[in-house]
Amino acid sequence: MTELTGRQPAAPADGAPPLLATEKLTRHFKIGNALSRRTLHAVDDVDLAIGEREIVALVGESGSGKSTIARLLARIHKPTGGEIYFQGKPLSGLRSRAAELRYRSDVPMVFQDPFSSINPVFRVSHGVMRCLALHRPELSGQQRQEEAERVFTAVGLTPAAEVLQRFPHELSGGQRQRVGFAQALAMRPKLILADEPVSMLDVSIRIGLLNLMAGLRDEEGVSVLYITHDIASARYVADRLIVMYAGQIAESGPAEEVLASPRHPYTQLLLSAVPDPRAALAVGAETDRGEPPRVIDPVPGCRFRWRCPLAIDECHRVTPPLRPLLPGRSVACHVAQADAATEAFR
Amino acid sequence: MSRPLSDGAPGVAPAPGPADAILSVRDLSAEYVMERGTVLAVDRVSFEVGPGEFLGIVGESGCGKSTLLFAIAGLLTPPAVVSGGSVQFRGRSMVGLTDRELAAVRWKDLSVVMQSAMNALNPVKSIGAQFADALRAHGAASKEHIAGRSAEVLRMVGIDPVHLQSYPHQLSGGMRQRSMIAMALLFTPELVIMDEPTSALDVVAQRSLMVQIKELQQQLGFAVIFVTHDMSLVSHFSDRLLVMYAGQVAESGPTRRVFDTPLHPYTAGLMEAFPSIRGPRVPLTGIPGSPPNLARLPEGCRFADRCPQVMPRCLAGPPELYEVDGTLVRCFLHEEAARHD
Repeated sequence: MTELTGRQPAAPADGAPPLLATEKLTRHFKIGNALSRRTLHAVDDVDLAIGEREIVALVGESGSGKSTIARLLARIHKPTGGEIYFQGKPLSGLRSRAAELRYRSDVPMVFQDPFSSINPVFRVSHGVMRCLALHRPELSGQQRQEEAERVFTAVGLTPAAEVLQRFPHELSGGQRQRVGFAQALAMRPKLILADEPVSMLDVSIRIGLLNLMAGLRDEEGVSVLYITHDIASARYVADRLIVMYAGQIAESGPAEEVLASPRHPYTQLLLSAVPDPRAALAVGAETDRGEPPRVIDPVPGCRFRWRCPLAIDECHRVTPPLRPLLPGRSVACHVAQADAATEAFR
Repeated sequence: MSRPLSDGAPGVAPAPGPADAILSVRDLSAEYVMERGTVLAVDRVSFEVGPGEFLGIVGESGCGKSTLLFAIAGLLTPPAVVSGGSVQFRGRSMVGLTDRELAAVRWKDLSVVMQSAMNALNPVKSIGAQFADALRAHGAASKEHIAGRSAEVLRMVGIDPVHLQSYPHQLSGGMRQRSMIAMALLFTPELVIMDEPTSALDVVAQRSLMVQIKELQQQLGFAVIFVTHDMSLVSHFSDRLLVMYAGQVAESGPTRRVFDTPLHPYTAGLMEAFPSIRGPRVPLTGIPGSPPNLARLPEGCRFADRCPQVMPRCLAGPPELYEVDGTLVRCFLHEEAARHD
């Protein structure tokens, strides 16, 4: 059974750099045509850190920039501004193909859709073998086969030798997503970027994948950036929680603490909207339609102010910076920073 | 008393439900006829929906819930066909109606809200034009009436009527889904069938839409059949729940009852599969394995290979649907309780 009780974040208490950190990470996209040049601010000034053996959940609604962050970290997109540090070294300093390959094998990605992320014309062994040949060329053919069987067993695809010989269409959605994790694991990663890895799966098999991620952390020592819109599953598996809103971090901290006493009004709204059959229905402030903003050429000010019942004058003028509020917890909200006990939606 | 409710001769015993049902589905079967053989996607499903009732239909992908809806609304297209049973809507059979006869009923008395509003709305016509289309098809002639009614239903779902001029791409996902619901209410139908209308929405938008559907339902009095894979979503909104597994009804009963004391191991497993946002953090296991292939069904219970309480007899033959205190459950564990009922 996987350990689920409150692990403390792997804070760099001894001054060692975190496994991965970002500093003012920013990504803008140009939209419109030559006549109306506009800029979509997908990610703005994001500072986050992921420690060793830690699952960090990045939670937010669609359009909040969480997938863009995953793509920036996976080097699919180049940042517009800011820097990503891996083991203390800036990624902009990666010059050689060998260094680039090494980073990609240290920080692989698992995708959302298990039905389109595996090549349907090859056996599932194909992807794992290619990963091994590319990233661990020192292995012999025999060793590659053994390693493929080891990672398939580690993700619960047994008997591994037999499953490796199957075609993707012979596997269920949950099994295919496990293949995705096996491929990532074959590279002996330090950090797996998992972008909504369970949202396309049926409810009854999601838990199995979440348990798998916790198992990879505990047994293989891998960190996971778990990107999701489902805050309940984030709570289930994550050590730390980062809540995104409109391209910026709204709140971050140890998962249990953030959920027990959310400080940002958006986190409070998000929590109040989660359906919970075990709780009684509380019909409260239902005026919020859940319309996420598109951040195009934003002016200064808090991006949540239009939906926020607590907004004050300052929120319309000054973008609230992400500031530490309590040990390990940061909030980007003028009101919460002024009055740490404020609760809007609870 | 043990009574086979949908496995015996057709129409033997009515499923528990309101006596004056507006929709009555009896032993409905639907199959996909393919070259390699037929796949029975809906296997003798029976239920009733009373006026103003909210029925939730819950199940995983491939359990036949969408096929069931399409069969009820007369929307099945080959290779899917209704292969048995009956659907009575307001005392009239819906199976075997011609397109013309169906067209008279659809929108007016019974409307359907599809899963993806993005694909269900016409991208090259404004919302208002699409509303006008439906209104004209059912005889609304005057421009004033069309404009008035269109604005009225949009206001009902909380959208400013200026958006009648908008095209679908100019609206957010939540607004598109709301305008689909507005369109379904153009004629104040007696029954609105919804196929996962909130699954593409974020949790805040989803919650807001559910509350709105419930309010409209109470205000206008229509009945709702709401299909979803997310059981927790309907927990506070539906009156009765129908849990489907591999094409069959696994359990059916009052929503609160099903949530408080799930009888079928599958229902119990589904409830255990949701991490909770409150209370202690407990390790969950979900349900191991995956649903059976409908083209190669096992001889016994279809849930047997995933069931934590499986018995030898479960593998030998399929259980029937037993009635226990107003709840129907397809599981041998409750055969005894049903007999003593």
